[in-house]
Amino acid sequence: MATPALTAGPAVALARRPKHSSRRSGWLLFCVVTAALVCLPILAVAWLALNPSENIWPHLVRTVLPTYLFNTIVLMIGVAVGTLCIGVSTAWFVTHYQFPGRRIFAWALLLPFAVPAYVIAHVYTDLLEFAGPVQSFLRDVFGWQRANDYYFPPIRSLGGAISMLVLVLYPYVYLLARAAFLEQSASILEAAQALGLSRTERLFRIALPMARPAIAVGLAMALMETLNDFGTVDYFAVRTLTAGLYDVWLGMGNLGGGAQIACLILLFVLCLVGLEKFSRRAQSHVQSSNTRCKAFERVSLQGRQATLAVLLCGLPIVLGFIIPSVVLLRYSIIYFDVSWNADFLEIAWNSIFLSSMAALCAVCIGLLLSYSKRMLNHRALNAAVQVSSLGYAIPGVVLAIGIMIPFANFDNWLDAQMREYFGISTGLLLSGSVGILVFAYTVRFLAVAHGGLDASMKKISPHMDDAARSLGHSSLGIISRVHLPLMRSGILTAALVVFVDGMKELPATLVLRPFNFDTLATQVYQFASDELIGESALFSLLIVLVGLLPVILLSMTIDGARSGARSGARSGARSGASSGTRSK
Amino acid sequence: MFTAPLVRSGAAISLAVTILLTTPVAAADEVNVYSYRQPFLIKPMFDLFTKETGIEVNTVFAKKGLVERLESEGANSPADLIFTVDVGNLSSAVEAGVTQSVSSDTLAANIPAEFRDQDGHWFGLTNRARIIVTSKERVPEGEITSYEDLAKPMYEGRICTRSGKHVYMNALFASMIAHHGEEDARAWLTGLKDNLARAPQGNDRAQVKAISEGECDIAIINSYYMGAMQTNEEQFEWAASVNIVFPNQSDRGTHMNIAGMSLTAASPNKENAVKLMEFLSSDLAQAMYAEQNHEYPVNQSVQPSALVRSWGEFDHDPLPLSELVEHRVTASKMVDEVGYDG
Repeated sequence: MATPALTAGPAVALARRPKHSSRRSGWLLFCVVTAALVCLPILAVAWLALNPSENIWPHLVRTVLPTYLFNTIVLMIGVAVGTLCIGVSTAWFVTHYQFPGRRIFAWALLLPFAVPAYVIAHVYTDLLEFAGPVQSFLRDVFGWQRANDYYFPPIRSLGGAISMLVLVLYPYVYLLARAAFLEQSASILEAAQALGLSRTERLFRIALPMARPAIAVGLAMALMETLNDFGTVDYFAVRTLTAGLYDVWLGMGNLGGGAQIACLILLFVLCLVGLEKFSRRAQSHVQSSNTRCKAFERVSLQGRQATLAVLLCGLPIVLGFIIPSVVLLRYSIIYFDVSWNADFLEIAWNSIFLSSMAALCAVCIGLLLSYSKRMLNHRALNAAVQVSSLGYAIPGVVLAIGIMIPFANFDNWLDAQMREYFGISTGLLLSGSVGILVFAYTVRFLAVAHGGLDASMKKISPHMDDAARSLGHSSLGIISRVHLPLMRSGILTAALVVFVDGMKELPATLVLRPFNFDTLATQVYQFASDELIGESALFSLLIVLVGLLPVILLSMTIDGARSGARSGARSGARSGASSGTRSK
Repeated sequence: MFTAPLVRSGAAISLAVTILLTTPVAAADEVNVYSYRQPFLIKPMFDLFTKETGIEVNTVFAKKGLVERLESEGANSPADLIFTVDVGNLSSAVEAGVTQSVSSDTLAANIPAEFRDQDGHWFGLTNRARIIVTSKERVPEGEITSYEDLAKPMYEGRICTRSGKHVYMNALFASMIAHHGEEDARAWLTGLKDNLARAPQGNDRAQVKAISEGECDIAIINSYYMGAMQTNEEQFEWAASVNIVFPNQSDRGTHMNIAGMSLTAASPNKENAVKLMEFLSSDLAQAMYAEQNHEYPVNQSVQPSALVRSWGEFDHDPLPLSELVEHRVTASKMVDEVGYDG
């Protein structure tokens, strides 16, 4: 396939450049092999796309493609606008203003992240459809009888799908925007204030442009997840490209055609990434670390303003977390006997183990790749890194097929070799093992880890490297003594986000797992796939509960990084016999 | 301070990975199943099989991609059997070359020829009728008697169905193409589409719910959903709001589909697998299926559940299942062409 070509490229380049030390080229080779391995499933999907059983495009273009494209684009725009509005505004408020409950909001705003999109879709359909409690209540109050007597926005619609996805995906934007706002130097904002910029102007002219790379990463994650989502759009009968993909593959028995649609989806992502890069080609933000420690004061909000701030920050939490949790809890109690599973502990352990392994692998590989980008800046490698982080946008089952093909080929090849030379059969060594699942999760969520890590790596000025090197530190020394400590919160953020995503992962787990192997998500699916929301509630609730812990940890980490900075600032202030960093 | 624990836990984890990375060695007495069917629907039968024979049944359940998994695993695949909920997926497996022929006198005796592949590549396990349900309040009994009736203009804005792309709808549309030819089937499908009360959504159960709520008057569903609702406290009312119509009793009969199984080409536990197939076709397992899932047994010596019998007897469409397979891509494209799913 295409892998040899990929590895051959840099090898040729190496031969041409003898000035590389052997250690450096060894490292390069290692990076390239890792990147190639991670790219493999995506290349396998591309390879599938070359072999369709028939050309589907004339039919699609003539019939449903315009609808697919329209729905996909509107869905993406809607999710982009929604996640940006909620994510950025709440992040700005909890960072720069003081109002009742602010400290709680700071971490609680991440909670909806623990709720899988397909679960929230079920919950809100249950609440808002004709027979649900909301419409029944309205009918009782106003004396309406039939559906035709009044208008109620249909939950199963494009707008409904946008709302659901916004509610669970805005935390990506919030998370990265908040981290970026926190890291912004107070002195720049003070300078802007001294130059007469109002608070709003400071947000739009200073803080937002500076936070843009981070916000873009958060938005990219939200949009990639939107593109790979099938559960929600399918349940809401919104025909997007992803729905079309499954239809061509399963309905028309044309896997190659489905893979072609997957490639079209990737093209979307590449356009987005390219657009973002192009729009900030002239900008480069390197955080100068000496000003980082200076904390800014929070403005205290009073009266109506405080109420508004509480509403703004409270609403996403109520809608995205509290209401779904209450509904799930209620159903869990009602259907406990049906849904309870004696293997519960084992199932929960499977979920936790897989998600932690994925977090570890994704962070290590993500670090390696963004590091190699920084140090080596090799063109083929950079391209491979770019490709490897596309996995997130491919619908899970398709990516899973892209994974199983190279793995099973390897297994079968190994088996044949072992039979020939040693007379023993190794069977399928990796396929159908937990290892392939860890690999699948890693590939799927690498973009999530890599995006965040890259953003935090970019903030470390190359001057720091030079300074450390001039002090006699080796490359490894620079990594362990300069980069890793500076990236600590970035690394933990990446790990925890991948962990929570892993807890929710469904499609790849379903099709790649070993026999008799269940995770919390597959338990949910066994019932939810037949719209038995009550029976599936218990395990949905468990996903949310297990996801809570990392979410809270995550927020504490960010706060910790911040308060570390603050205490530094405070002690500096104390020695100067003045205090003023505290606001009450 | 940050790297040290990372290194230590890294070492521990890499050890754990080495242990877990490889596939566990297969036990001696077992049979491995890839299933498109939810485990909770088939587990009771598997448990009984294990109890009687001592053979463990291992399962992987997914709704997509299992045929592809079989294909890529090839000759080393650990799977012995594949279970599906429709004939389309069975034939996909056969077309992909991942099944093998089984000749068993027990299977031949228990399963009528019309519900199994001529070459023994697949066998039906249960039968489901694609029935029409109509609102007791708003549709006079006997007004609708056939699938063809559903395209009449008088039902404009009154019909609910699930997505036209779903395998159950696809098989029904394929049967229309088989009986009427492509052109007439398209005209019928256009008429049906024009009569829809809302964009196709939800599963079959949700359509009955919509009738009980007054959103529509008529729906097309699989028969066992009625049984599931009639035995569910919360959903009993939905089921009570509709009449059951077995369509086309004056001509070809009601459209049927099967849930079925195939023996995989690479089956490593072939003997056990055939045992399980035979067990599932037996009177005992078929009666369990019938009672628990409210489906029609393929084994003719087993009666449907009392509840299912209470819906009355009916004639089924004798169209060979292979015809459904033959027209399924055409049917799928037709759904796009008439814009059925909106």
